[in-house]
Amino acid sequence: MNALHLAVADGMTIARRNALKIRRAPDLLGGVVMIPIVFVLLFTYVFGSMISLPGMSYAEYLLPGIFVMTIVTSAQITGYTLTQDLQKGVFDRFRTLPMSPSAVLTGQTVSDVIMNVTSIVTMALVGLLAGWRVRSSPVEAVLGFLMLLLFAYAFSWVTATVALALRTPEVFNNLATLVSFPLVFLSNALVDSTRLPGPLRVVAEWNPVSTLVQAARELFGNTSPALPAPAAWPLRHAVPVSLLWSLLLLVVFVPLATRLYTRAVSR
Amino acid sequence: MPDAIMAEGLVKKYGDVTALDEMELTVPEGTVFGLLGPNGAGKTTTVRILTTLLRPDAGHATVAGLDVVRDAGRLRARIGVSGQYAAVDDHLTGAENLEMVGRLYHLGAGRSRRRARELLERFDLTEAADRPVQGYSGGMRRRLDLAGALVAAPPVLFLDEPTTGLDPRARIGLWDVIAELVAEGTTVLLTTQYLEEADRLADRIAVVDHGRVIALGTADELKDQVGGERVELSLADAAGLESAARTLAPLAAGDVRIDSAALQMTIPVSGGVAALTRALGDLAAERITVRDAGLRRPTLDDVFLSLTGHQADETTEETAR
Repeated sequence: MNALHLAVADGMTIARRNALKIRRAPDLLGGVVMIPIVFVLLFTYVFGSMISLPGMSYAEYLLPGIFVMTIVTSAQITGYTLTQDLQKGVFDRFRTLPMSPSAVLTGQTVSDVIMNVTSIVTMALVGLLAGWRVRSSPVEAVLGFLMLLLFAYAFSWVTATVALALRTPEVFNNLATLVSFPLVFLSNALVDSTRLPGPLRVVAEWNPVSTLVQAARELFGNTSPALPAPAAWPLRHAVPVSLLWSLLLLVVFVPLATRLYTRAVSR
Repeated sequence: MPDAIMAEGLVKKYGDVTALDEMELTVPEGTVFGLLGPNGAGKTTTVRILTTLLRPDAGHATVAGLDVVRDAGRLRARIGVSGQYAAVDDHLTGAENLEMVGRLYHLGAGRSRRRARELLERFDLTEAADRPVQGYSGGMRRRLDLAGALVAAPPVLFLDEPTTGLDPRARIGLWDVIAELVAEGTTVLLTTQYLEEADRLADRIAVVDHGRVIALGTADELKDQVGGERVELSLADAAGLESAARTLAPLAAGDVRIDSAALQMTIPVSGGVAALTRALGDLAAERITVRDAGLRRPTLDDVFLSLTGHQADETTEETAR
């Protein structure tokens, strides 16, 4: 077996371990299945009953936003799991094994893709029941889901980096909540960002979350000609810019997380 | 016999704190070597260097003939490590935990599964094999962790405080398992805070303090250095303490230790219970009131006190500071 083959095999072993953990741990499972369901129902029915949009239902407008919101918040699980493993000495055991050192992080992030598939499928099904519809072609819809997963994968490397820098689960959780809330709420995920006041609008327009939400809306056909078209550059090119964001995050945070992992475990 | 573990002049510093200060040790193949010392003495740091987790700042070490820094990758296939925290996954079952380790040793799926079952049976965990580790007792977790270290049947095994925090029964159970492994010819490096544990398992013991070996020998040799058994007395008043010291001087096999604040004295003796009986008789004849009396074997504290002039737990505080 060559090095690449080993790295892939070891990565799969770790991914399998994490997937089992998610299935068995009620807190993690809640994050993957229950919270997305609650998000969809709560926002669709509470906000949906207050907010009306010209030319489309709020449920259709909202669901892409909820997809992205869930991806961003559930990426915290990556970081949380890593800090826990670090504390319990699980990584020490791994590092004394003749396994590929990169497998821990690739395995972790790959299992997060499985987790994200689960929560996105859950949300899509609950969303369909609550009135969400795909108005585009099946190919575009599939591309939409793939784009969400790619961003989710890239974003879990971001949380992995932060987690390995902070090292303790409690500190990580606090910071993750502190960052993910503004990231989601200062965007077009739940509201029409063109109607936000000046500075907030600029932040929302350049927020990568907004770009991704806009891209998902376009690919699922959840847009309305009656809504004002976004003027900001990233939102006018939402799909390619979203892909660029994902690639940029990967290019920056994969090496960074790998370096921090090596540093964190060799103390 | 070739040496399974050899370390020369290992130095490791964390900022101003010197964790290892020219640590030396050699462990012949097929023997058990005990590293004995308090928390912070450098035991775990030594194990972390020998198991490729940590690079030394200076010095070098080989395990199973492989350099711990240069040949780290190849070495990992030849060692097993069981740490003090029992690094097992709570949400996975015992069998899944061991299978995962087997796969990471690249045994393949089938062999990993068979090996996991074999080890679970051997460590008396068959019944709990398919339950998540979450529900295991402390002793069961340690046994599972130890089983994890044995998955690839490594020739050299590192056990870092394998019984710390276990209740006495679980501790004795684990000792039996370790003794069996040793009988099969595995080389073991064991760290412990308990003299009794080193006594029971190790062929040779190194006492470690401030990151270096301060004494080396068999358990008996170390105990002889400490002075064997001692009689401990609590007396009613300070005057009694002085006259007792005079009265019992002929009985002492070494320096008598007097703690005037606690009204206690410790007299190294030879002759066991007979010495205690004689001491009490002599004191009664002098009409010295004894509150409490006992005979005890040397402890780690005694080894430390005699070797370093300070108590084992004082060392902990100094290093932690």
